[in-house]
Amino acid sequence: MDALNMLVGSITIFVLALFLGNELITKVPPTLHTPLMSGSNAISGITIVGAIISAGAEHGELAKYLGFAAVIFATLNVVGGFMVTHRMLGMFKRKG
Amino acid sequence: MHLHPTIINIAYLIASVLFIVGLKGLSHPKTAVRGNFLGGLGMLIAMVVTLLDRNVVDFKWIILGLAIGTLIGVIMAVKIEMTAMPQLVALFNGFGGIASVLVAGAALYETQEQLPPGAVGEAVAKVTAALGTTAPGPSMQLLVATVASGIIGAVTFTGSLIAFAKLQEIKAIDKIKKFPGQSVFNVLLFAGSAVVGAYVCVDPSQVQMYWVIAALGGILGIFLTTPIGGADMPVVIALLNSYSGIAASATGFVLDNNVLIIAGSLVGASGIILTSIMCKAMNRSLWAVLFGTMDTSSGPSADDVYAGKIKATSAEELAMMLEMAQRVVIVPGYGLAVAQAQHAVRDLTNLLTDRGITVEFGIHPVAGRMPGHMNVLLAEADISYEALKEMDEINPTFEQVDVVIVIGANDVVNPVARTDPKSPIAGMPILDVDKARTVIIVKRSLSPGFAGIPNPLFAADNALMFFGDAKKALIDLNAAIKAG
Repeated sequence: MDALNMLVGSITIFVLALFLGNELITKVPPTLHTPLMSGSNAISGITIVGAIISAGAEHGELAKYLGFAAVIFATLNVVGGFMVTHRMLGMFKRKG
Repeated sequence: MHLHPTIINIAYLIASVLFIVGLKGLSHPKTAVRGNFLGGLGMLIAMVVTLLDRNVVDFKWIILGLAIGTLIGVIMAVKIEMTAMPQLVALFNGFGGIASVLVAGAALYETQEQLPPGAVGEAVAKVTAALGTTAPGPSMQLLVATVASGIIGAVTFTGSLIAFAKLQEIKAIDKIKKFPGQSVFNVLLFAGSAVVGAYVCVDPSQVQMYWVIAALGGILGIFLTTPIGGADMPVVIALLNSYSGIAASATGFVLDNNVLIIAGSLVGASGIILTSIMCKAMNRSLWAVLFGTMDTSSGPSADDVYAGKIKATSAEELAMMLEMAQRVVIVPGYGLAVAQAQHAVRDLTNLLTDRGITVEFGIHPVAGRMPGHMNVLLAEADISYEALKEMDEINPTFEQVDVVIVIGANDVVNPVARTDPKSPIAGMPILDVDKARTVIIVKRSLSPGFAGIPNPLFAADNALMFFGDAKKALIDLNAAIKAG
């Protein structure tokens, strides 16, 4: 029964976070639509946590290589995403 | 040095809070830079504590992967042209999706090593998995989540690549025509991947079948995205953004990791919100965008609408007209991005402002190829965001505008949306530029926009066509104003 309880706990977190996300981002000015997208996209690169564990754990070769490829893609997503968002936001400034 | 799992989990909690605060910050202009920074900080914390996890013993591949990813990511982020932002975001979405597929796959392979070898192990796995218990085989949660992660991640990956190719205007993609029954075919693809997924859940020793699931998901992503037209791209990008979050969340269920579940669902929710904002701006349902086709057969032909009524103008004539104006509104569209005309627009704005003319920008929510695309472009050219007006703000003022300059936009200024209930864009909110005293349309030809219908605005009494590539046309205009 323990596994089931843990699953329900995870689902609880999932559902609450969905609602939270919905409340957080109700009114976004159009100016910020693109940065919000690229910034939130960088956050979805959180899969990197799983990728690091797969690439670095003590187990079969194949899982390690899959983890390695995942680290590359997730890092690209994270680093590129946060940087390009920062670059874009730097352009939004008052003139003069 | 290894950290205790409790400390790692507390660090993940801190990272989750930083993501929440960061996303909130990103939705307000004053706090956006800080919000992005806090999100990045959260990511850094999550990564560092994961490196100190006691399961992580081999750093060779991690460091190599981090180095390669960082190098390419930095180059892409620094080199990218602002006009190409939609493609870049599509690509990053895709990378997030494939990362989820790979991580879930790796987790599934790792479970194999926990099973005793041979037929005994397989039998044990079958029984325990069917019962939904954890030891010694993989739990039902892990299996179901792995399947979900594989399907959603793969759809995100290939869907994003197709979106990228469309935005990059790779012609081969448009040659893939929608075939009859494609929606049914897509449903069958999804059902097929779900059935194979159920098979893996019942018999987890069949790990190699995971790639069949991912492949079916990948094919589904392709066929879901190829029929979607250019005008609907802002919706698709927002939706894929949401998928990449949901895929990360599913991976969180695979690994029983809360920070993945939280961060993923936050992004999933924000993507859905942007999707619905975009749909509203086009007066189209998400269903119509994904599965519908625009009916362009009805309505008058271009010849009927334009015959004998089009008046073309020159840079010199325009310059004179602008010098007498007091209030000018510029309406940018995708044509501005294609022609890279944002700097020429800035020069025009400065020239007019120096002559005491008020210049504002009317931005339609779906102008360009992604939400907020025009705002980013104009910001790049140093145009103050205070001059950029939203549709609802500027629409009531068009009657007091002397000259509207429409640059590379078409459907978003087509009055048919208000007048013809049978039109494919009927009911779509538009910028009411036809109410201004004079409307100048900078456009390469009279060719229709993505809705595929003629625009009676071009033939209106108060409209003048200024034919040419947006950048070249504006440079000519700027020269004429300086000379005048």
